[in-house]
Amino acid sequence: MKIHEYQAKQLFLKYGVPIPKGYPAFTVDEAEAAAKRLVDETKSEVVVVKAQIHAGGRGKGGGVKVAKGGVKEARELAQKILGMQLVTHQTGPEGQKVRRLYIEQGLAMERELYLGAVVDRDTRRIAFMASTEGGMEIEKVAAETPEKILTVFVDPIVGLSAYQSRQLAFGLGLEKHGKETIGKFAKLMSALYELFLKEDCTLCEINPLVVLKNGDVVALDGKINFDDNADFRHKDWESLRDVEEEDPVELEAKHAGLNYVSLDGNVGCLVNGAGLAMATMDIIKHFGKDKGVAPANFLDVGGGANQEQVTKAFKMILRSPKVKAIFVNIFGGIMKCDVIASGVVAAARELGLNVPLVVRLEGTNVELGRKILSESGLKIEAATTMADGAKKVVAAVVAQEASR
Amino acid sequence: MSILVGKQTKVLVQGITGGAGSFHAKQMIEYGTNVVAGVTPTRGGEKFEATGPNGSGRPAVPVFDTVARAVKETGADTSCIFVPPPGAADAILEAIDAGCALVICITEGIPVMDMIKVRKVLETTPTVRLVGPNCPGVITPGACKIGIMPGHIHKAGHIGVVSRSGTLTYEAVGQLTALGIGQSTCVGIGGDPVGGMDFVDVLTLFQADPDTHGVIMIGEIGGGAEERAAKYIKEKMTKPVAAFIAGTTAPEGKRMGHAGAIIAGGKGTAAEKIAALEAAGARVAPTPSDMAVTLQAMMKK
Repeated sequence: MKIHEYQAKQLFLKYGVPIPKGYPAFTVDEAEAAAKRLVDETKSEVVVVKAQIHAGGRGKGGGVKVAKGGVKEARELAQKILGMQLVTHQTGPEGQKVRRLYIEQGLAMERELYLGAVVDRDTRRIAFMASTEGGMEIEKVAAETPEKILTVFVDPIVGLSAYQSRQLAFGLGLEKHGKETIGKFAKLMSALYELFLKEDCTLCEINPLVVLKNGDVVALDGKINFDDNADFRHKDWESLRDVEEEDPVELEAKHAGLNYVSLDGNVGCLVNGAGLAMATMDIIKHFGKDKGVAPANFLDVGGGANQEQVTKAFKMILRSPKVKAIFVNIFGGIMKCDVIASGVVAAARELGLNVPLVVRLEGTNVELGRKILSESGLKIEAATTMADGAKKVVAAVVAQEASR
Repeated sequence: MSILVGKQTKVLVQGITGGAGSFHAKQMIEYGTNVVAGVTPTRGGEKFEATGPNGSGRPAVPVFDTVARAVKETGADTSCIFVPPPGAADAILEAIDAGCALVICITEGIPVMDMIKVRKVLETTPTVRLVGPNCPGVITPGACKIGIMPGHIHKAGHIGVVSRSGTLTYEAVGQLTALGIGQSTCVGIGGDPVGGMDFVDVLTLFQADPDTHGVIMIGEIGGGAEERAAKYIKEKMTKPVAAFIAGTTAPEGKRMGHAGAIIAGGKGTAAEKIAALEAAGARVAPTPSDMAVTLQAMMKK
């Protein structure tokens, strides 16, 4: 789960990671009031207006602007940014509508750095990464100049040690800002580690982390991802969730206990299991890539779905306007094939079946499942293997396009 | 012969009175697995009724309050965990502490922070093996099924299967059985970012097992486990390995269900993994429908 920058910064404040003064705003008037408050508090006319969307790259996309002329200019910028369709490298070409702003004090900075914490699956540790290349995409730094990324791994029993923070601090050359800066950086790291642990994060990123003229270190940006698996011990997460940032269909699926992934193609897919979902996508693209056929979405019913959930899942696929054909690919383990078949039939009866349907069933209760499908009177093309099913669904899409 | 589990394995089931635990414990017993105990705190003293293979009668399974007591009373050496996510990491630690040599955790949805701690404990207890979490379990066909896989698709034989994905394991097994090729042992290692045994650990056991003649390995995008497996295959493995990597066409940054299956900054892509495996002498199936035939072609040589 992702949260906004201003929410991340509220957590930073709670745990003691220094941040600039700032206030969230949902309307232009609120933005103006926030700017006024900041100018009063900081005795400076410089404020920053920042679009709050979950995607990164906001600055480049025109979603972060500095107002040097105080409240009036801040209001004008807020008017421009609020409601705009912000396009960044992470939003896709359609962009994301800006519904929230964060108004922040402007700071005179000396240097921009990068600091991030992630779960590293290879060492099975929390890894802290730091770099002198602040403000850049860290993926790009990792790919082009990996020697500029310093990493320490935290022992989960011992916790983050002071020497590890010092390793990064001296590695970044922070001593040249005064020896207090080393201590300030180490304190910030400890606070970030505590936040990471207690809030069950999978990612905490400060890009840029800035060193001010007075030697202070401050988080100028903040990005936090939570571990969805830990939501049972964080009841407060629900209030941090911004549903407008999420795909409405993915959200509906989540509420129904299903896993939905929206993609760009034209074949709707009903599968069980994440690995099978990926493999089904691979095989459709394998046979369909030269013919313009690819998955439009995936509904993963997992292992324990009941008939109502399967019905709901299939209805969601049927309703998607992108879907030109449907591929049901199930290898029943705990999931029984007759439950899938009954759910598919119930959904198709209710909403009608206007696109070709290819079904490949295998595993537990497969005979019963096939019987339910064949007796339903629905027009279903049966497939014997994954490859057979993928070929048939590709052919079905091609035939449809041709008849148009 | 086989790896990890066999006829002699004495299994205890943690969470045996829960929905998933009781359902699958019954299925396991019906398959012929030697389930000797169940554990549910506060339910000690109860009896868990189940029938053996082909409806045969058998004594009820005693339920205990703690794993330590279950191990002491029954001599169980392997634990299968169905405890829900909030208590699952604790259940793994309890099994390790009680002296179980093999712990198989089926539970899906354990917080990664909990697993980081478990993993650290495992590093100090080298004799204990953990399989999972978020996995289908381990089966030696005809002898012992521990987990949630459909038993009937398997056939006893000489091919080892190791996989990060549950349903793709069934897919590979289904293909092998359809060709008349049996399996020695099938191990689902799970799709979570932090877990127990990885590919190299399982491949090492398959390489040492005289009854395993070839291996199917099913990987996914994300992480570096497949690359480490490729290195092992190149340096140590003399048996043929056919592989499949799911997620060749996954869009970058999109989460496909498994938390691990995210490509971060081009690292852990399918293309990198496939190249590493092929350079190591493994053969990678072009589609998920070709896993068994790819191995079959290698075995004929």
